[in-house]
Amino acid sequence: MNIGAQQQKESANLATQEQRRVQYATPLVDVESNEEGYTIRAEMPGVDKSGLEITVDNGELTIVGHRRTSELAGEPVYREIRNNDFRRVYELDPAIDTAKISARIEQGILTLTLPKAESVKPRKITVE
Amino acid sequence: MNIVRYQRYPQSDLSVALDRLANMREEMDRVFESPFGSFFRPLASLSRWTPAVDVYHDKDQFTVQVELPGLKKEEIEISLHGDTLTIAGERKPQGNADQGFRTERFFGKFQRSLTLPAVVSAEKVNATYKDGILTVVLPKAEEAKPKQIEVALS
Repeated sequence: MNIGAQQQKESANLATQEQRRVQYATPLVDVESNEEGYTIRAEMPGVDKSGLEITVDNGELTIVGHRRTSELAGEPVYREIRNNDFRRVYELDPAIDTAKISARIEQGILTLTLPKAESVKPRKITVE
Repeated sequence: MNIVRYQRYPQSDLSVALDRLANMREEMDRVFESPFGSFFRPLASLSRWTPAVDVYHDKDQFTVQVELPGLKKEEIEISLHGDTLTIAGERKPQGNADQGFRTERFFGKFQRSLTLPAVVSAEKVNATYKDGILTVVLPKAEEAKPKQIEVALS
């Protein structure tokens, strides 16, 4: 009988799945849109400017935030904060001018501004 | 330690779902146990968000960390009444709410209180706020520190 071995294998599988899943935390995000473009605000507490990786590749925007691990004195008594790095991927609206995307981070809030290309913005045409 | 359990935004994840279920059960237990709970708690938990808290301790001090992204220093209130540390404030909404098509973040008032298991010296409490994380260091009072007593062996 090798039920024991089978179970061990399954629990090992579960463990690796667990590791893969807890690798990143999903930041809470607000997305705003208007005719000028989009604004993304993501909550990334513990991430500073140097911990951010923002990439645009093949119409996908990837935001990764590495937490600055702060060494606290002593041992934990109570823990709720997850120290996972943050990651979130967005598919970009083709109207966005990727060259003009700008980002800033202030007190753990990442603000991304994604302006639309001039050619797709609504325009008023004057009749001559 | 008397702390309100943290509830993160629901995620499509079985373990999180189970956690939430456990939270709900505890919440229910508390509501029925406490004489005022059934009146006040449901209201409070609807209108407030609950920032995540970590507490560390060593022989000299307690360190409390709170995740509070997107606030201004002036918007955070820290108070100490006896052995109860309270962190409260209000996060004001950013941008134009009408234009948002995906809103996950919480705004409004928050408050967390925790009872410290030892006496701290209130005048030496120090707090810093950086990258959306509030760190409060509370040195233990002299009388609460462990002391080495020498016993003479004869």
